[in-house]
Formats: sequence, structure tokens, C-alpha cells
Amino acid sequence: MTTRLDLPGITWRRVSPKFLITEFLGLAVTAIVLAGATAPLYLVGWDLAPWATSSAVGFVLLFAAFTPRRVRAIGYQLREDDLVFRRGILFQRFVAVPYGRMQLVDINRGPLSRWLGLSELKFVTAAASTGVTIPGLVAADADELRDRLVELAESRRAGL
Amino acid sequence: MTDPDLPSDVAAPRHPAAPVTALAAALSDGDWHRLHPASPLLKGGIALIAIIGVVISNLRERLIEMFIPDADYTGGDPIDLIVQSGFVGWALLAVLGVLLVLVGIFYVSWRMHTFRITNEVVEVRSGVVFRTNRKARLDRIQGINIVRPFFARLFGAAKLEVNQAGQDANVKLEYLSSAAADALRREILRLASGTRATSAATATQAGAPTGVIDRRMGEFLAPELDPDAAPPASVVKLGVGRLLGSIVLSGASVFIVIAGVAVILSSIWADAALIGLFALIPGIIGVVGFYAQRFLKSLRYSIAGTPDGVRVGFGLLSTSNETLPPGRIHSVKVSQPLLWRPFDWWEVKVNRASHSSTNGAAGQQNTTILPVGNLDDVRRVLELVLPDFLDQEAIALAGRGLTGRGTGTDGYTVSPPRAAVLRWFSWRRNGFAVAPAAVLLRKGAIWRELIIVPHPRVQSVSMAQGPILRRLRLASVHVHTVAGPISAQLGAIDAAAATEFFTWAADAAVRASSADTSHRWRAAEPVVAVDAHGQAIVPPATSAVDPFAQPLPPVVPVGAPATPGDPA
Repeated sequence: MTTRLDLPGITWRRVSPKFLITEFLGLAVTAIVLAGATAPLYLVGWDLAPWATSSAVGFVLLFAAFTPRRVRAIGYQLREDDLVFRRGILFQRFVAVPYGRMQLVDINRGPLSRWLGLSELKFVTAAASTGVTIPGLVAADADELRDRLVELAESRRAGL
Repeated sequence: MTDPDLPSDVAAPRHPAAPVTALAAALSDGDWHRLHPASPLLKGGIALIAIIGVVISNLRERLIEMFIPDADYTGGDPIDLIVQSGFVGWALLAVLGVLLVLVGIFYVSWRMHTFRITNEVVEVRSGVVFRTNRKARLDRIQGINIVRPFFARLFGAAKLEVNQAGQDANVKLEYLSSAAADALRREILRLASGTRATSAATATQAGAPTGVIDRRMGEFLAPELDPDAAPPASVVKLGVGRLLGSIVLSGASVFIVIAGVAVILSSIWADAALIGLFALIPGIIGVVGFYAQRFLKSLRYSIAGTPDGVRVGFGLLSTSNETLPPGRIHSVKVSQPLLWRPFDWWEVKVNRASHSSTNGAAGQQNTTILPVGNLDDVRRVLELVLPDFLDQEAIALAGRGLTGRGTGTDGYTVSPPRAAVLRWFSWRRNGFAVAPAAVLLRKGAIWRELIIVPHPRVQSVSMAQGPILRRLRLASVHVHTVAGPISAQLGAIDAAAATEFFTWAADAAVRASSADTSHRWRAAEPVVAVDAHGQAIVPPATSAVDPFAQPLPPVVPVGAPATPGDPA
């Protein structure tokens, strides 16, 4: 019997379902690149080359099967004094960052995300290992969240 | 520029007995000042020595003949060549020209290199063609380091480095006179501390040596040129024997012995003893140099508390002396290499936000705050570096964190027996404890270590679980601090206990950081009383504790298995 980690009393805010599209497209590109990497095996005339290609693609497909759950597992919530963030199903990770610890907030948008109207928000503290990056936020929400975080950090400013 | 007289004062005070604080007051009046006039020369010291070396090696036979007339001198050095070709005048002119240009460059660069200290910032501008201007806020100071390289020390000069958080973010004042560096450090710390007391001019020191030679000797021999600041009697005595022992028994030695044996065996096996010997000799020279370097660097190690933080000094020929104000130490690790165990020696490392350009004791990174010490020394160092950790209970908790075998009732929440699959020997020890002011993580049964992270310095907290840990109903926790040699991570603890730790530590971090005032560590103090002689009565170092205005949530139950869902 296995028990998953969870934090009691938190209703998680999830990321946009559209983020799935970016993830799937990214995986499709990965599959094409991996399949392309097996092309030289055909040129040397190796018998098992089709197996190599299909196992590479199969691996990506397996990964893709878990993607919807993985995306659903990403969550964040603004508590009174800190931001909590969770990620992962096989490798679960929970982080809590006090607002006063914020050094800066980054908003990144790739071409695909821009087309879908999504942004990625990165919360940076003085510790490199904090690693809070919330992907797949609706652009307007991300901007609002950034402004809110900056405002909260401003009111709870602390040193290092 | 505002007062052309001052630089010469800085270089060599004409009145050696004058109060040091007058010098400090003059330097920190918010106007621009210049550095020690010999600075360009000292900075280019090695280049100068190299040039002189080249000249001497070219003329060595002539020099020998000068002193030993019978020496078999045959001529043929560059001077003979010049004389024979009749270029004496030109050569002299060229030398003169080069000297003039050098002096000119030195003078201009010295004139353009100025600094000023105000109530808020320390600012340096330098450069002739490429101008740079660096301004650092005083309340963001992470430490002040006074380094005296051997060459500069001979001239009574010192380098003052104001450390700030981040890569290459330090403000360097290279070079100042020794007295000015000390006075300035005290003044910067006073301004940065936010104390409302003004610096009281101290009484003239009786019996201060007069005369340049005496003063220089005094400066050269004194480990700490700060007689009227707090009496920094070192709390740790680092004996020569222990120092040698710790260096010989370090991990590097094990590696060297293995490498040496490998070389010898392989040369015997390959029947090429001569080749083996040739490989070994440079190795031996390198190893001896390595040990000598580490040894010389750690000699005269001292650590002491001052009202403005911990002061760590070391070095025999080149010395270094650093002050870390309260609240600048982000985490502390006490650890014991296996070979040190029979002697009960430990080393203490810290994480800090700044990266000093100079190495610390034992030639290691300056994050090593105690190169080697017994349990008593460790306790005293912990009291110094974590003043807010001072109460007896917490110190006892730390003590059990070092040597405790994990009996289950020592205050640490340890891994359950099912974690023995992952922590073969250490599962009984592997655990955490929470004191009112800090988190303690205890790890390892063979390589024992204890990590202490003060709550106000926690940047964030995380908890993680992979498939293997999930099968065993375990989890790992990680307390994030600024980057350094310490990673405050603890694996393989009970999942419910981990959740509780996570909730508790996150809450404590929020409360502690909002109550933290260590960026202006003495701002909360009452105005310092001044006694009849006009001398400020220095408050004890313990008043620099971060006040915990709000009570913290209840501590995770001691020893008892943590209950999930407990609203901590």
C-alpha cells in the first residue's frame, strides 16, 4: 500500500489545460528527433533498425500517456505568508517560499506558448535550489500573479 | 580632491598616538578620499619582483664579482654589451623615460582611485580610460575582510574588502594603511549596524610605540590591530600539533598515499624503477608544498566575538581577518572525517551569501570557519556564529546531534526502522530536530555531520518523494539557503513526519524572517551609554540576537512519532 504526500487544507490552483497542447507538441518533436537519430541505422543496413525506431517512439508515447496526469499534478496556491507549489506524480515535490524571500519574478513565453496565450512564471529567491517554475498559466493570470507576488513581497520585505 | 592633505595622513599618521577613531571619522565623513600612495606599486608587487629578478639574473656574475673580486668573471652580460657599443647615454635615457612613464601612470591611477563612506553607502570609483563606479549599501554588507599579503604587510599596508552578496560583488579598497583599514572597518560596521550611538573618541593609548620602526614592528607582530575594539581573545586555541595532525589525516592525504603506492607498485611491476622515481619526485615536491601552504595558512588561527559579529583571523606570513556581522551566516555544518574520529576532532563550515576573493584558513574556501577543533571548541564556535541559538537546551540538542547514537528520546525525530534499507548504519541517527531559533539535521553514522539552519535565513522549504521512498512510506526534506558547501537535505524520514516538518519549517521561516532585524543589527539597541572618559560602554554581543517577537508554533513532539494532520 502506498501513501502519497499531500499537504492538508490546501485547495490547489491548477494550470491551464491548454498547457497539455504545448507538452504534446514538445513530445511530438522529441519523437521525430529520436526517430531521425535512428536513420543512420537504416543506412548501415542493420536488421534491428525498425526496432530501435519503434522503441524510441514507444518510449515517448509512454511518456505522453502520463502527461495529462503530470500536468494535472502541477499546482500552486498563495497562502497568507507564502507561496506553495507542487509538481510531479512519480517524483513528487512540494515547495513553500515566503513572499519576503522573493528576489525577482520572471515571465517567459516561447513561440508556441504565445500562440496558445500561455506564460511560464519563475519565482527566484537567493537560493538556487528553490526552483519554483509554474508553467502553463494563462498570460493574463500570469501577469496578475506576478503583480500580486511583487506587491506581497514588497509588504513583507526581508533581508537575505 | 576635497582635502589633498589627507592621503598622506592615511599613509603614515604623523602622530602615531592620535586616537584611531579620529582617523576613522576623517575617512567616513562622506567626502572622497584616496588610497595608500603605494597602492599601484603594491598591486603590481609581483610584476615588480619578477622584473627585478630578471635584471638580477642577467647581471649575477657582475654582482658576484662586486663582492668577491677573485671570482672568475668573464663579462658578456647586457651591461658590457651596452658599454662596448657606446650606448650608455641612450640606455640611461631609456631607463629614465620608462621610470617617468611608470611613475606618471601610477600617479594618475592613484589620483583617480577614490572612495567615500556615507551613512548609507560605501562607494569606490577608479580607472583612467575605463571608469568604474561601484556603490554598495551598508545594510547589505555580508562581511568585512582585512587581508594583509606578505609584501604589503612589509609596507604596513592592508586591503579592505567589503563583501556583498553575489558573484564578484565585493567592494575592495586596495590598499590602505593598516591603521586606517582597522579604523575604517570599525566605522563601516558602526554605520551599518544602525546603532544610534556616535563613535566616542577613545582615550589616547598609553605606551603606544613611537617611531616608524617600532610601530611597523608592532603592526607586523600584532595579529589584530584593533586594541580598543572589543577584546577579541580567541575562544579556540588551535595547537600546532593538532593542526599538523588534522592536515596529515585529511582526505587529501588518503588520496596521496593511495596514489603514491599505486605509482611505486606499478613501477615495480613494470620493472622500471627509474621512471617511477622520476614520476614520484615532482609529486613529492608538490605534496610538501601543498601541506606547507595549508599549514602556514592556518597558523595563528583565531575566532572571537565582537559587538559587530564574529571575527575570524589566520595566517602567518599573509594574514586575513574577517568580520561577519550577525545574521550573515546562512547555515552551519559540523562534520567529522572518518580519520579524525579517534581524536574527537570536528570541522565547522558555513554557508554565506558573499564570495570572498581570498581563501580561508587551511587554504580552503573561506567557508571553513573552524579548520579543526574538539567538541568544546565546536560548542564555543556555535555560540559565536549562532548567537540567537544560545540557550542551553539548544546547545545540548546540537551536542546530541554530533555524538548521539539515536536512542529515540534525544529530541530528534529519526527515520523509522524500515528506512534501514536505505540508511544501513545511520537510520537510527538520521533525523531532524527543531529548536526555537533553528532547524537541526543530523546525518551519518560513519561520516557524522550536523547541519543547523537558523529560521530567519531559510529561503524556502521543500519536500520530495520518489517511487522508492513512496514504497517505504518515506520522504525527503530540503531546507534551501544561499549556495555554499552545505546542502541542508535529509532523506529517508517518515512521510508523515516529513509533512509535519515541512509545514512547521515553512511557518517558522515566515515568522522569523518578518521579525528579523539583523540587516541593521544594532538598530533596536538603546543609545549606548558613555562613561566618564567619553568611552562608549560596548554592549555584550548577545544583544545582537534576532528578536522573536511572536511566539513560534509548538515544537514537533520530542521523540514521539509525529502524528499526521496535527495542525502545527
